[in-house]
Amino acid sequence: MHTAENSKYVKTHEWAYLEDGIVTVGISEYAQQEIGDIVFVDLPKIGTQVTAGKNCCVIESVKSASEIYAPVSGEVVEVNEAVNADPALVNRAAHGDGWLFKIKIANPAEYDSLMDLNTYKNTLDK
Amino acid sequence: MFTPHTEEDKKVMLQKIGAADVRELLQQIPHDLLYPQLHLPEALTEQALTRHLKELAAKNKPLLNFIGAGCEEHFIPAAVNALSGRGEFLTAYTPYQAEASQGTLQTIYEFQSCICSLFDMDVCSASHYDGATAMAEAAAACLRVNSRTKILYSAGLHPHYKEVLKTYLKYVPGLKLEEVPLCNGTVDMAALQKKLTPEVSCFVVAGPNFLGQLEPLEDISASVHQAGALLVAVAKPLALPLLHTPGQYGADFAVAEGQPLGNAMSFGGPGLGIFTCKKELVRQVPGRIVGMAKDKNGKRSFVLTLQAREQHIRRERAASNICSNQALCALNAVIYMTLLGPEGLREVAELNLEKAHRLAELLQADGHKLKFDGYFFNEFVLELNVPAKQVIKKLAKKGISAGYDLGEVNKELKNCLLVCVTETKTEADLHAYVQAMRGF
Repeated sequence: MHTAENSKYVKTHEWAYLEDGIVTVGISEYAQQEIGDIVFVDLPKIGTQVTAGKNCCVIESVKSASEIYAPVSGEVVEVNEAVNADPALVNRAAHGDGWLFKIKIANPAEYDSLMDLNTYKNTLDK
Repeated sequence: MFTPHTEEDKKVMLQKIGAADVRELLQQIPHDLLYPQLHLPEALTEQALTRHLKELAAKNKPLLNFIGAGCEEHFIPAAVNALSGRGEFLTAYTPYQAEASQGTLQTIYEFQSCICSLFDMDVCSASHYDGATAMAEAAAACLRVNSRTKILYSAGLHPHYKEVLKTYLKYVPGLKLEEVPLCNGTVDMAALQKKLTPEVSCFVVAGPNFLGQLEPLEDISASVHQAGALLVAVAKPLALPLLHTPGQYGADFAVAEGQPLGNAMSFGGPGLGIFTCKKELVRQVPGRIVGMAKDKNGKRSFVLTLQAREQHIRRERAASNICSNQALCALNAVIYMTLLGPEGLREVAELNLEKAHRLAELLQADGHKLKFDGYFFNEFVLELNVPAKQVIKKLAKKGISAGYDLGEVNKELKNCLLVCVTETKTEADLHAYVQAMRGF
């Protein structure tokens, strides 16, 4: 199961967790705090091809709309329906049940190049 | 209050930019374009100008009007303009500090509620520029919903609406627009079935259509949805009390020109774009939606809602970057609808239906021919033995504006006259029309 500690990160504040060729994606605890009360998540459609660093999802809070960028390239194979019904789940459990979607990774080496939690945390201090 | 720049402000700004004066700032614009000679006559005094305008106005010869074709003459109760003309409404333009304008927001909220109830739709926006832009925005919304690559539209759409649709979608990469032909004045169902391929995002259809004919919207809706496409319906608000509503036949988006609801024709504008949709499509609605909320003391209040899809937040990713709302026209519409109420609106609709059919019958009894034998609401097409243009000219001399010359949009229909009869016409008016038409 993905946790803040065992996930990898990108500088746009998404986390990624690889298991059996499938990367689960969510936003970091820091990002959910910055975004505020989330009221809607516009999840990508299953089957969509996403590219690392390109936006593929939108999170709306009461005051803003934030683009979510794919941390790795591949095909969207699953989205978190629970988030559709209860968008605030992302606020409550950003690293757990509030995950957003799963990508079948095209090139597993891409995952290795992502940041670990400590490196990501250091980028937040700057 | 409007506070213009002072000379001092301008000086400071120019200094900062590094330009000596405004002329230098604008030097990239060719001089003859920047300060063109306008050859205007000398300014008149107010008294002389008033007299001049009265003389010009006296040249107008009011004709008994039978032209519809997208902009209709309906009776506007005096209370509509008396209320909407109040300074509190009239002078306030779009409420930039929206929540400080609770009265304006409430009128928009009531407008949305009235329209939802008239159309049987879940969601209505605060309004758009006019019916044509509301329709084009709905078509664009369909592309966002299903990411398909073709839009079908009925040949029975108003020709101006077709132009607006083409202009709006001209630069959408890979998008194809295709017209579905008519057969005896309504959508050719066989042609529609054939064109409803898996790449079709939506079908845009008007009912009643530009030729006044009612469309088989239930059948159209079923076919469109069977193909997994969306239905954009252009409705006629005043016909809805008598017809199946967009909600009943299952339109995904229903739009309309709202001018007939308490707004003057004013040489063709401003219009009032009505935009409605099913609830699950609410995040695709361009422009504003007013919602009801509670303030911190638990009192009812009105707010602009779902703003995250709007351009001041999402910038280039907004649902639309070319929409406003027509608050004053929407206000006229909501006052009109509220004054008449559901029964009043139904009575107006019945009067339109009855009078249009009465004139059609009188004309047929007098030897004239209708072009189509289908059902119609308050507009029908008369097929003449001579070009419609001639008839219009001759009837104008008799004080009657006979209708719209369909030869303007289709040469094959040059002998066809589109006639609109609203509740404003009396039995005597109808007989005067028939009398004037004798000999054609």
